[in-house]
Amino acid sequence: MGEAPPADSEAPLTQPTLRAPLLFISVLLIASCGLIYELVAGTLSSYLLGDSVTQFSTVIGVYLSAMGLGSWLSKFLHRGLARRFVDLELAVALVGGFSAPILFQAFAHTHAFRVVLYGVVMAVGTLVGLEIPILMRILKDQVRFKDLVAGVLTLDYIGALFASLLFPLLLMPKLGLVRTSLLFGLLNAAVGLWSTHLLQSQLGPTRMIRLRCLAVMAMLAVGLAFAGKFTLAVEEEIFADEIVYARDSAYQRIVLTRGRGSFQLFLNGNLQFSSADEYRYHEALVHPAFGVRPEAKRVLICGGGDGLAVREVLKHPSVQEVVLVDLDPAMTDMARRQPMVRQLNGAALDDSRVKVVNADAMVWLQETTGPPFDLAYVDFPDPNTYALGKLYTSRFYRLLQRRLTDNAMITVQSTSPLMARQSFWCIAATMEASGLKVRPFHLAVPSFGVWGFVLASKRDFDVPTRVLPGLRHLSDEAATAMFAFPKDMDRVPVEINRLDNQVLVHLYTREWRRWS
Amino acid sequence: MKRRDFLLATAASTLPLACRRKPEFPFGGELVGLNMALGHRLLNAPQPEPDSFEPISVLIVGGGVAGLSAAWRLAGAGVDDFRVLELEAEPGGTSRSSRNHVSAFPWAAHYLPVPDRGNHAVLRLLQECGVVEGFDAKGDPLFAEEATVRAPEERIFAYGQWWEGLYLRAGASAEDERQYHAFFQEVDRWAAFKDAKGRPAFSIPRSRCSDAPEARALDGLSFATWLDQRGLTSPRLRWLLDYACRDDYGSRLDTTSAWAGLFYFAARKQGPGEDSRPLLTWPQGNGFLVDHLRRASGDRLRCGVMATSIHPDQNGLLVTAWDAVHQRAIGWRARRVIFAGPQHVAKHVIPDLGTARPAMTRIHNAPWLVANLTLRARPKEFSFPLAWDNVLRDSEALGYVVATHQSLQDHGPTVWTWYRPFAGPDCDAERARLLAMDWPTSARMVLDDLRPAHPDLEGLVSRLDVMRWGHAMVRPVPGLLWDAEFLALARPFGGVHFAHTELSGLALFEEAQDHGIRAAEEVLAVLGRPVRSWR
Repeated sequence: MGEAPPADSEAPLTQPTLRAPLLFISVLLIASCGLIYELVAGTLSSYLLGDSVTQFSTVIGVYLSAMGLGSWLSKFLHRGLARRFVDLELAVALVGGFSAPILFQAFAHTHAFRVVLYGVVMAVGTLVGLEIPILMRILKDQVRFKDLVAGVLTLDYIGALFASLLFPLLLMPKLGLVRTSLLFGLLNAAVGLWSTHLLQSQLGPTRMIRLRCLAVMAMLAVGLAFAGKFTLAVEEEIFADEIVYARDSAYQRIVLTRGRGSFQLFLNGNLQFSSADEYRYHEALVHPAFGVRPEAKRVLICGGGDGLAVREVLKHPSVQEVVLVDLDPAMTDMARRQPMVRQLNGAALDDSRVKVVNADAMVWLQETTGPPFDLAYVDFPDPNTYALGKLYTSRFYRLLQRRLTDNAMITVQSTSPLMARQSFWCIAATMEASGLKVRPFHLAVPSFGVWGFVLASKRDFDVPTRVLPGLRHLSDEAATAMFAFPKDMDRVPVEINRLDNQVLVHLYTREWRRWS
Repeated sequence: MKRRDFLLATAASTLPLACRRKPEFPFGGELVGLNMALGHRLLNAPQPEPDSFEPISVLIVGGGVAGLSAAWRLAGAGVDDFRVLELEAEPGGTSRSSRNHVSAFPWAAHYLPVPDRGNHAVLRLLQECGVVEGFDAKGDPLFAEEATVRAPEERIFAYGQWWEGLYLRAGASAEDERQYHAFFQEVDRWAAFKDAKGRPAFSIPRSRCSDAPEARALDGLSFATWLDQRGLTSPRLRWLLDYACRDDYGSRLDTTSAWAGLFYFAARKQGPGEDSRPLLTWPQGNGFLVDHLRRASGDRLRCGVMATSIHPDQNGLLVTAWDAVHQRAIGWRARRVIFAGPQHVAKHVIPDLGTARPAMTRIHNAPWLVANLTLRARPKEFSFPLAWDNVLRDSEALGYVVATHQSLQDHGPTVWTWYRPFAGPDCDAERARLLAMDWPTSARMVLDDLRPAHPDLEGLVSRLDVMRWGHAMVRPVPGLLWDAEFLALARPFGGVHFAHTELSGLALFEEAQDHGIRAAEEVLAVLGRPVRSWR
């Protein structure tokens, strides 16, 4: 065991030329920044990839080991340490500051998100790992070693505490991931600029360095100003809340936003559900049909890739098989993997009774055969394009009927009978024209407004008087009451929506234009 | 030579080689179909005699819509002692279609306006195909929703974006609108016209049209002159009408008779002031109807066989043909022949026909280039969405039809059929231009034409096949349609009966079918089996 060198044998200190106490404050700041980038990467990857334990664990692991790598690399830097330190701050500011926008873009537009993720985490970690050793070496001749170690490490850990408290309590709720990472990048660059002042005696001419600092700060400030356009979301300003997931699939743009205690799904900018009140919508969609056919075994769901209708269907013990036909694999994958959505649908798509088919439901109905279904739910986005409008035509309802038992029930989401009254009754009349008996109903879904459905069957049937006990919204009385239409939503004469006229798309676009 | 110079020289010498190896197009394709070489060779060279002449009641020469309809009529009358000879490997003529791993697609004709109650033959055919689902209380037929063109039907590319419909409303002046309505008022007037016998001026097929002098007078002038006389000079209106002429006749306003121009619009009206009749279509276009019609012939249809001569004989007609599949001459002794091919072929096959009937030289056929583009994905769309028929205003071509539109596929791979008539005044010169085109020239023409609307198209094409139609459609030039000698070309000639759409002066499925049925019913009468007409 070697003898510890006596403290007094340290080399004598040179005349102080630097303002060491102020440099300790920059330790506090850079420590906060470093932790923020780590938290941003961890949060972002658990939003996008799910499984937050794994994501945080791997991000922290990679980040810390990268810091170790940075610390080791620091010994290869010899000359001009002050200048190196300022450059380092600017590098951290750029890579760390833009990390969130880069990662969102990588997720939305590449297939190599994990590569980019760990690459960014590695880069930020390595740069941050270089910071403290270099700063300590700059200060080593001016502060006693024991004071240096104590001061730097204390402030490093306190900075981490600040960051870890600020992030969940203030930054995430108020700024969101993208603005947080850009803001802290700006702070890092500011530390760089400030250092040019504090380290002036070691730097020589500072004009070019300061200009560099200002340029980096300007880039980050522009990023911050255009955060909406920068992130995955040109539409971030359209959405009231922060975007936590966005993906351009082959068919549509899928966006999840989060805020005000709930989260929302948008397809091509149109709200599909809010976790705050989707139970009203999905209970109304699913349970009335079971009220008429409580013994239903085989259930078809067209659309509804979010899995929320499946969740309601699976509450019925008689159900043996559910076939979900949704166009977009990106949508059903998200319903399976995205932790917020998966939690909301109770992992319904992984239930052994559920079979997911990714196909255009109309083409699927036309080109496949199979045993008939007892219940069918038609839960497509509203008919605002011809490609969607075809899914509300008499031809669609005829194709659907070919796949059903004679006393099967159909429930169709049919837009708002209040805001788009003609569209709503056009859907009902089109279903009638295809040979169905219809019973339209409606309820209030605050995120949407007054919302309508059409319950139908090939044979006459009575309005359901019983629903499954234990639901959040529907009771027996509430279920029956949905079938009464007040005067301003009552039936109006409309044309039938056929493949060759697609009148519904025109009606729908015209009617909704008044409300937007 | 220094080492460096040597390397440079080597590199320089391989450069052109490397350039040559790089194909001009990132996709494959070929000129397909139409056995022009065989057709032309057989008509211009002496042919070997067959070993024997097989006796048969009726021989139908030509397996297009006219020939297949004649066979359909014969089979419907219980006559099965017939053969249909078709030069090409596939029947259907200009209603031919094909199929690949993505979709079925047409090679030419691709739609049919829904027939009115009086068009018995088309109604009968559509009932057999399951396209007529029943009749309403007034007795009007109800057509299957999946066979009527799905909306959106048409769009037009102009001013750098797509617009709904074929008539460009964007930017139209009040005068444009006034003339548009004035033209359709004229159409309505003619749609309402009934002659002394109660016949309409315009109906499909044209055998149902009135021959009253005031209607026939329309054939004496060009559509352009007729429009000039009424002060209809709106460029938008005239573009629309010129498009209609190119689309249906392969001609222009000034080479189309006013009768034919008005026929296009008035014959399709459900009634005066009402909309045009909806269109029926299928992924493979009118190939759907051909697929049904050919069933009536079964194995009596012989493809790859071309009749080279038809001579009268004391017991009927001796027909010599060349079987390109087995490379041998074959012969029939037929009681009657239905010649369901074009007149320019008939004059080579039937001796003395050309000299006896000089009016046949007045028939001019417009050449067409048709391309089928198989796309692995669809181009990006920004304005009005992809329709069934997609037309570029500033183009000599007619745009493209989307094969997967009717099969409801709105995503993923598709097949587009692109059409271009060679509509210049001189058909022979235009044909020479067409026949000089090879595959790369054709592919370049297609891509250049579509580039303004779809700059990203080339990278999405996985295959581009081209068919050159030398004689695609008869042109209804002024003065042809009601000329007595022209109309007489449809009469039998020494035991040969004629059936072809060009005998109407209008290239339409319904005309071909009408002539096929007429010729078959003429033959049935001669064979002593008179029937109630299907027409």
